[in-house]
Order: sequence, then C-alpha cells, then structure tokens
Amino acid sequence: MSTTATSPQPGKPQPAPLDGGAPAAKHHHTTVTAKPVTWKLPVTLLVLAVVAFIFFGLMGPHQTAKFGISTGSDFFQLPALEVPAFLGGIVLSVIMLALAGYAVFLKTRNRKVPAWVTIAFIALFVAAFLIWVVGGARTTSISLAGLIAGSVTLAVPLVFGSLSGVLCERVGVVNIAIEGQLLGGAFTAAIIATLTHNPFLGLLAAAIAGALVSMILALFSIKYVVNQIIVGVVLNVLVSGVTGFLFSTVMQADKDKFNSPAHLDPITIPVLGDIPLIGPILFKQSLIGYLMYIAVIVVWVGLFKTKWGLRVRAVGEHPQAADTMGIKVNATRFWNVTLGGAIAGIGGSFFTLVAIDSFTKEISGGRGFIALAALIFGRWNPIGAFFAALLFGFADNLQSIVTIIGTPVPSQFMAMLPYLVTVLAVAGLVGRSRPPAASGIPYVKG
Amino acid sequence: MVRVLKLELKGITKRFGSLVANDHIDVVVEPGQIHCLLGENGAGKSTLMNVLYGLYEPTEGEILIDDKPVSFRGPGDAMAAGIGMVHQHFMLVPVFTVAENVALGAETTKAGGFLNLDDTRRKIQEISDRYGFDVDPDALIEDLPVGVQQRVEIIKALVRDAKVLILDEPTAVLTPQDTDELLDIMRQLKSHGTSIVFISHKLREVKAVSDTITVIRRGKVVGTASPSASTTELASMMVGRAVNLTLDKAPAQPQETTFQVKDLTVIAPSGQHVVDGISFDIARGEILAVAGVQGNGQTELTEAILGLQDRVHGSILLDGEELVGRSVKDVLKAGVGFVPEDRSVDGLIGTFSIAENLILDRYDQEPFAKGISMSPAKVLENAKTRIDEFDVRTPSGSLAAGTLSGGNQQKVVMARELSRPLRLFIASQPTRGVDVGSIEFLHKRIVAERDHGTPVMIVSTELDEVIELADRIAVLYKGRLVGIVPAGTGRDVLGLMMAGLSPDEAHADSTKTPATAAAAPAAAAQPAQESTSGAVGEHHD
Repeated sequence: MSTTATSPQPGKPQPAPLDGGAPAAKHHHTTVTAKPVTWKLPVTLLVLAVVAFIFFGLMGPHQTAKFGISTGSDFFQLPALEVPAFLGGIVLSVIMLALAGYAVFLKTRNRKVPAWVTIAFIALFVAAFLIWVVGGARTTSISLAGLIAGSVTLAVPLVFGSLSGVLCERVGVVNIAIEGQLLGGAFTAAIIATLTHNPFLGLLAAAIAGALVSMILALFSIKYVVNQIIVGVVLNVLVSGVTGFLFSTVMQADKDKFNSPAHLDPITIPVLGDIPLIGPILFKQSLIGYLMYIAVIVVWVGLFKTKWGLRVRAVGEHPQAADTMGIKVNATRFWNVTLGGAIAGIGGSFFTLVAIDSFTKEISGGRGFIALAALIFGRWNPIGAFFAALLFGFADNLQSIVTIIGTPVPSQFMAMLPYLVTVLAVAGLVGRSRPPAASGIPYVKG
Repeated sequence: MVRVLKLELKGITKRFGSLVANDHIDVVVEPGQIHCLLGENGAGKSTLMNVLYGLYEPTEGEILIDDKPVSFRGPGDAMAAGIGMVHQHFMLVPVFTVAENVALGAETTKAGGFLNLDDTRRKIQEISDRYGFDVDPDALIEDLPVGVQQRVEIIKALVRDAKVLILDEPTAVLTPQDTDELLDIMRQLKSHGTSIVFISHKLREVKAVSDTITVIRRGKVVGTASPSASTTELASMMVGRAVNLTLDKAPAQPQETTFQVKDLTVIAPSGQHVVDGISFDIARGEILAVAGVQGNGQTELTEAILGLQDRVHGSILLDGEELVGRSVKDVLKAGVGFVPEDRSVDGLIGTFSIAENLILDRYDQEPFAKGISMSPAKVLENAKTRIDEFDVRTPSGSLAAGTLSGGNQQKVVMARELSRPLRLFIASQPTRGVDVGSIEFLHKRIVAERDHGTPVMIVSTELDEVIELADRIAVLYKGRLVGIVPAGTGRDVLGLMMAGLSPDEAHADSTKTPATAAAAPAAAAQPAQESTSGAVGEHHD
C-alpha cells in the first residue's frame, strides 16, 4: 500500500493496514499493529517435511520398530508398540507435508501459523525420526519408558540450571555462571555428604555453594558494574579450577573419606509410581527430582502471580521505573541472583547425590550452558524452560540409547544431536523470543 | 475531605562534582496551585525535581512540607509524603498491563503475597471515571498511544494519593491536541485540590495554565513572573537577554525541483514498514519541513536518504542521480549535508577535539590530508574560521567537543555540514535541547542556506519550529505521508494531521469542533486570550 503526497484521500481517513479494526475516527487514539507474517516458519516446516519424506519415508528401513511401553515392575502391563518402519515413515512424513502445506497456505493468505501446527509438526518429526532410527538399527527394539524416564533424569540439572537463569535474567542480570554453580554444588554436595554421612546436609551445602558463586557474580556485576558475561565466564573457570584442584589433591588421595557421598534414594509413591510411562517420571523420583517439579511451579507462580514477582520483573524490564516506584533495584537484583545460585547449586548436587556415586572432574560437563540455551528456548519462562530442558534431556538420552542399539548413523553424529537441537532452538526456530529488556544492563542511578 | 499541602524548597543546592546544577533555589508551591518552573534545557529544572522526588539527595538546603522539614531517602518517601511525579520519559514497563504498572510498588495483596489486581483495577476505573481518562486497566502499555500512557502515569500518582504532582516536560512527546487535553486535565486536577509543578520551556503552554511562574536560569532562580507577562518578556528572562522570537524570513523563491523521493519504503528489522510508500519533492531555494510526533518514521526517512538504512525500496533522486543503494560516503560526496537528530550520538565524537569534529566528513581530502598523513595545522586553521563564522563559544578549537554546551555542539555540527557546497541539506531536530539564543542563530543559517539555492529538508517534532521555518509542510503519521500543506496552515489543522487525519478532514474537523478550541485555544498569535482561558479553566468540572 502506498500513499501519495500530492493527492491525499478525501473522505475516510487512512485505512488501518491489516487489522482494519479501530478506524482512525477518534483522531490520535488509534493503534495500528502491522506485524507482518514472515515466510520463515512455513519454509522451515516445508524443508523439514521434505527431508523427512525422503529420508524417513522413501529411504526408510524395511524392518519393524518395537517400542516397549511398560517396564517389568509396572503394575499395569501394556503390550509393546510395533510399527512397520517404512510404512510408518511414509505416513508420518505425508502428514508433515500436509501440515507444512497448510502453513504455506496460511502465509499466502497472510495469516499466522497457529502454535498447534508447529507443536504437532515437531512431535511427528521426532516420532518419525525414532521409527527411522530404531527400524534401521541392529536391535530393532527400545524401551520407550526407559527413554522417557532417562530423559527426565538427564534433564534434572538442566531444569535447575535454567530456573537459576530465569531468576537472574528476569531481574536483569545475565547468568553465564550456571555451569560454575552446578559444578560447585556437585562438589560441595559430594564432600559434605561424605563427611557427615548425611545426604540432606549435602543438599543444603550445595545450595549454599551455588549461592556463594552467585554472590560473587552479583557483587561484581551489580556493585562494581563489571561486564556480566566476563564475570560469569571467569567464575566458571574459577570453580572448575578450584574443584579440579581439590579433587586431585584431596578427594583422590582418600576416596573413602572424602568422595563417597551418601545418596538420596528414589522415593516411590505407591500405586501412582506403577503407572506406565508417567509413573516413573512423576512418582518414582529422588527428593531432588520432586524438588524440581516443585521449584518449577513455585518460581512460575512467584514470578507471575505475586507482588515479589511483579517487582522482580519490573526491575528486569525497566529498572528506572521500578526505582521511581520506591523499589530497591540493586538489592532486588542481588538477592534474586543469590537465590538463583542456590537453585543451581541444588541442581548440581543431583550429579553426586543421585545420578553418579562420586564426584569427578568437570562432572557438569557443559550442562550449565545447555541450561542457558533451555532458558532462551523456554522464553525466560520457568515452565517453558522446563520443557526445553526436557527436550535437551531427551536428545541427550536418545543419543546414548541409539548408540547402544547400533544405527546406520555414525555415533559421533548422534552425539551432536543435543547440541544441534540447542543451536536450532537458540537460533529462534520456534518464533521470536524477547528477553527482559534490561537483561545484562547494570543499573546505575542518575 | 481533600487534604492539601504546602510545599517549600529552601536553598536547594545540588552539585555533581564541580558542576553546580542547582544553586540555592527557593520555590514555594502553594496548595491548589499550578506552579510553573520555566527554564531552558539544562537550566536545572529536572535536577531540582529529582531532588524533590527523592531520586537525588540535595548537597545543601531543605524541603518543607506544611512548614515542617522533611528528608527523602528515596522516591518511596516522597510518595508517602504526597508527592507524585510524571517523568519526561515515562516510567512504565512496556510489557506490563496498565493495572500492573499502577500496582507496582504499592501492590495490594491477598494472603501469601499474591497480587490482588482487582483492587487496582477498581481504583484505576474510579480515577479514570472521575477525570474522563478512558483507560483500560488490562491494556498492555506498549499498545497504548503516548497520550494515554501519560494518563497512566498520572493515575499512578493519584492512586498513591499525590497532593502535589510534578509534571516534567509533559508535552514534549504529545501532539498539539494531546497537549490541549493535558492542559485541561491539569486544570481539572487543580479544581480537585491537587497542586501541580509544571516544568516546561514552552511559553505558550506555560502561559495557558500557570498560576505562578518561577524562572530558572543556569541553576538559579532569576525571578517570578505572572502568566499575563508577554512571551517576549518570559523568553528574555529565561535566556538572560533580549531575544527575537520571530524569524525574519523572506518568502521562498523556489527554482527548479532537484530532489525527488518516489514511493520510498523502509523496512525495519522487525519487518514493519516504518516508512511506507512516501513520495515528495523539494525545489532549490525551498524549505520542506517534515512534521509529526516523534517516532512516526522521520528518523528512518532521513537515514534512508543518507544511506544509513538497509532495507530501502523506491527511489531517491538528487539532480537525477539515484541515491538508493549507495554508500553513505557516496551520498555525502553527491552533496548532501546532514544534521542528525541526536548530535551527541550521531553528530559528534565527544572525545575528539572541536577541530577534528569539524572535518569528520573530509579528513581524507585536501587540504586536511596529503597521501597518508594529515595536516593538523590546516585542521586547526579551518576550525578557527568555522568557530568565528558560527559563533561557537569556546576558548579553543582543540578542546574536546563533548565539553561544549548543547547549543554550541549543534553549531559545530551545523558548521561542518554547511562548510562544503551542498545540493541538499537535511537537518533533523536542528534545535533540540538548544538555548533560545542559539535557536535564533541556527534558524537564520538554515534560511541562509535556502536563499543560497539549496533544497532544504527540516525534520522537527516542535510544531513552532516547523511553522517558523517551513515553506511547505509535510506531515508523517505511522510512516505514511498524511499530506503536504502550504506554510501558514493553522496549528490546529497540523495537529490533527499529526494524529493521522488527512488535510481535508483536519480542516473540516478543526472548524466544526469549537469544544476543544474553547478549552485551550491553540492559536499561537493570541497569547492574551490564552492567559484568560487559563484563568477560566477553574470552572471546568
């Protein structure tokens, strides 16, 4: 649409583009939201659907993929799901093509692609991928229950890490030090739980360790206005160095005395824990696993439903506005970042109190950075971050299972999977996400 | 029922290092009064109000409420004492709803710290009804027009039971119609017993609503004036010498058209068409002023001409040469002079000397450079000439440009851009934040460039400036050209156009709705009548 200067339209005022609502009758009180629909999503979906059709469909394996749903101990026993791989690939990829076609059609009508299309597409793609991988493997059978339960296990530290990130960034501080907080938590939990023979004290100590790492971040980035990214990176290196040094000098010298932590055992809730698929992930968890679900909900409710959350978000979006309303910006930031650190510390303790029997060097293995990606993928929302972390945990677990059953794809490529998913997620594949406006910007009065 | 309070600032001094922003300032705001602080940009008005609002601590002096000294450790204390402030740049969280913004800092909660926004909604509705604000408590701030956002700010203060409301340059971001409505709201607030401290440098508005005027210059109170004082009187108090507010300008003698813009569209990274299919042209010896409320595509338009925008469609022809798609350097070489809207960010390098800033566009050309070496002597020599010619107040050209006052910085930018032969001159906000004395000078230079036969394009959000300089006026609204009207078009018509009405509609609307006109007559030429209406304003309720 173009307007020419010399011949202004007589009669009706400027037509509002697209939405057409609110005609410009009451002069200046009109809002025009011209957010154009882009080709990005439809084209991405189309490309993926074609890839799926060629590889998972046409070039798909001709065996039958078998997915176990119940584990032996389950109360209810359900039969395994058996899918002929070739047919399954064709059917699923044709549905994907249809969805992509629908997205393209919507774009030509200049309408937004609804979220369910994207979500359904991703689910189908993952399913087709699974069928393809399992159908083409030496052992054409995996346990779906194990795959999912394992994903949650791998996701626990990620969830805690990304919750820490959410709390920090929502208040305007970028927390690159999640990795260091996880590692610090893991180390402290191991040593305290060993010395005291009490895993609960180990858990508490891990939270304190994470909080201390965070306090350094908070002190330097808030009080001394040092670049937050640099402080975070330096902290990661520092924690890695300190724990690595203590590990080789103290822990390895006397493993029994310093590095054999008491463990937090899974607590099974009767009956509920025996439900196939859902039971193990929701009702057969360690204390830390249950804490994770509670933390996600508490942080979400806290951020979006309480006075505290309103203030926190205001500080992260527009610190000056918060200041003029009598909110202490830097104090809010300091304590939130500290709280975030404590949560990440608890996540770190999962490594040494639940997952593995002792501390090893670099036990967190870069998961702090994946947690950062989960936080961005989850759009700075605790629940979004939770599901993003689950996705990364899933990719991670799938990778190891698929390597075991033996696939046509070299295992190195499979090992890339979690990181590939991370890159795609952070690149904003699923819509554009908007970080808190003041994230990473120090607040200096005046 | 209405508690009123008397506010007194006594000997307030605020120093930032060696800079004295406020020097023993005494102001008394009587209950139920609109008290104006008049002064130029940088005179220290905002600093004073930030002291009053608890954002800064005064170096010396005290604040008295109802004759009792108080001390504010932060805005929280000031609010508790009944002082509310609407900042020049709104203190609203764009991604929050109106209710969330109003609640922030004074939340009502249910058990367990859960927000009770219903209570806030009810309060907003109450105030909104009382003053006819028409604000939806659940609208997102970023979706609201500026005028409505400002009302949300006022609601914020009123919900906190403010008895004294500070309005810091509230009209800077408003269309003339919004401004008139705001002045009306101010009168209403006054009639309900709220005192207002109105900070402004716009004489027309000050005269229209004030009960008392305190004039501040360079951090000191230079005197008080009554709203019936003439504009010239007030201006000279503000500046400290006699100023000529009207520009002597001969009628334009347009020659052939050498600059044409056709169907220009600029697409922002967000995908939005920030400039949307604009076409216009400018003849040699003519000034086209582009009017519009800030953020309606003016910045992108000028940047597109200069080659600073990436996604530009359409055509920009200067003497038949296409400028779209060429580098900034090429465009400058083609003879385009450009004064950017924010001199400290885009116009100058603050840490470079004045002399260096004066040759930023020609540092690699003779006589300033020979081969790979520069000639500092030539650079300084050039600086001396320009400094004299443009009356830049500085002891030496080798001082850092950042040390100059706003007006002098602007003269440096203008001097650089006007010191080479031009085929097009673009100045964006040529006098923003510039003292009245310098405005006079800068305007004269712009007109001189026109008379020299250069097509001139001025972009300004100040309607007064547009009216003063323009030979023709183009109005932008949401990236579109609403229309081009001749100089001498009434400010009410221009105001309506700035709100998106076509020229025909604007003409029709401005003649048939005497209601708005009566509330605050917009004619700049009748200051006497304005002050009367200011007095009559008390009957509005």
